[in-house]
Amino acid sequence: MEAPAATPVLVASGIRKRFGALTVLEDVNFALRADEAVGIVGPNGAGKTTLIDILAGVQRPTRGSVRFRDQEVTGRTSAALCRLGLARAHQIPRPFGGMTVFENVLVAAAAGAGHTRSTAYERSLGVLEQCHLLELANRPAESLGLMHRKRLELARALATDPVVVLLDEIGAGLTDDEAAELVATIQEVHSGGVAIVWIEHIVHVLVQVVRRLVCMDAGRVIADGDPDVVMADAGVIDAYLGSTAR
Amino acid sequence: MSILRVEQLNAHHGLLQAVRGVSLSVGEGETLALVGANGAGKTTLLRTIAGGHRASSGTVVFGGADVTSLPAHRRVRRGITLVPEGRRLFPEMTMEENLLVAARGGRKGEWSLSRVYEAFPILHPLRRKRAATLSGGEQQMTAIARALMTNPTLLLIDEASLGLAPVAVERVYESLETVVATGTTLVLVEQDLGRALSVASRIVCMLEGRIVLEGSATEITREQIVEAYFGLRRGNGGGET
Repeated sequence: MEAPAATPVLVASGIRKRFGALTVLEDVNFALRADEAVGIVGPNGAGKTTLIDILAGVQRPTRGSVRFRDQEVTGRTSAALCRLGLARAHQIPRPFGGMTVFENVLVAAAAGAGHTRSTAYERSLGVLEQCHLLELANRPAESLGLMHRKRLELARALATDPVVVLLDEIGAGLTDDEAAELVATIQEVHSGGVAIVWIEHIVHVLVQVVRRLVCMDAGRVIADGDPDVVMADAGVIDAYLGSTAR
Repeated sequence: MSILRVEQLNAHHGLLQAVRGVSLSVGEGETLALVGANGAGKTTLLRTIAGGHRASSGTVVFGGADVTSLPAHRRVRRGITLVPEGRRLFPEMTMEENLLVAARGGRKGEWSLSRVYEAFPILHPLRRKRAATLSGGEQQMTAIARALMTNPTLLLIDEASLGLAPVAVERVYESLETVVATGTTLVLVEQDLGRALSVASRIVCMLEGRIVLEGSATEITREQIVEAYFGLRRGNGGGET
């Protein structure tokens, strides 16, 4: 049975992450409701990608815990978390270049969601349609341009039947029109009941989807709330532009 | 009079277009700060001007001559030198050897070892130390000094303060003020707006590969910069720049 929307579906508590002497995250707390779309912003080195890595099971925190769908999942592999419903779309798409677009999505549906052959076929076609890739289904993935690679990356994540999708700078490098198209698709995905956590430097694109922004700086959360309020926060602006700014 | 003119410059990293139709003019002796969020295209623009990255299209005109097709080392001989992000010193060479290597590839002019040590006395005691053993601030000052040894007319500096302790940033910016005082034209990529404003006469803000704001450092407001930096004005529909 699904948790009620108001209950956090993904919770990171007291996260610390060290790489040798370098502390990248310190006492980070983050909770995501099942009906939320949350953006994570922050300047270079803020710890955003490390946090996503920890949520996705790519990195293990030095301290703290992660709970997903009421289960303690700290230290579980990303493959195990994917089977539980936590998918990730990477900043730099790396599809299986020699496979077709359809085959790439099929692998995700079969291996990521554990669908049987016929269900995986059906699910893959549905996701390709949702991501406007159906016409390109038989094209080798290596022949795709940047926009379609990004769409394929999203499609592969969706084919795993996620409850939560983590998006890592999926808008980077797109033109205005391409970004607008991608925003529409992500909005549609979210409306379909998938919670979103989206790291993005392109704030004006991000705020078209998310209703909550978390800003990180130097490994800590420095603001969390309504996007307009967060982006007007003096501490947030100082984090980006330097505290000596006028 | 402009010493550098960039016209309709485009540059890619594989499939990703990092610089989109940028046109920019820099006056002789001017100090220009290039600001913008991560991924805005600042570093690629700087590297394309320096010849370290190939332009997909557009032109780079320096001192009245089209240098777009010249490799980086030939642009250095024309007077364009880049201090790259992360310093990129030769780690196994001494601090002084790093300076001397640069002098061999550069031009004749005001800057020599003795002039560098006069301008940056902090470097003199470090001359026999291996570059790898220097602190971040010392490495950054060495990188700036190394670039000066080529006697540039146009010095491009990428993220002079990145990853440095506040006290080291102070020293690096003091050294930049020394450079500015010599009349060298400076284009500076800097995340810290306050620092950029402390030396720059003009600010250019980039967003997603384009220039979205340009103006005098004394006239441009913080609100304008914040708006341009995040692109928030055009937030409700992905409109045009």
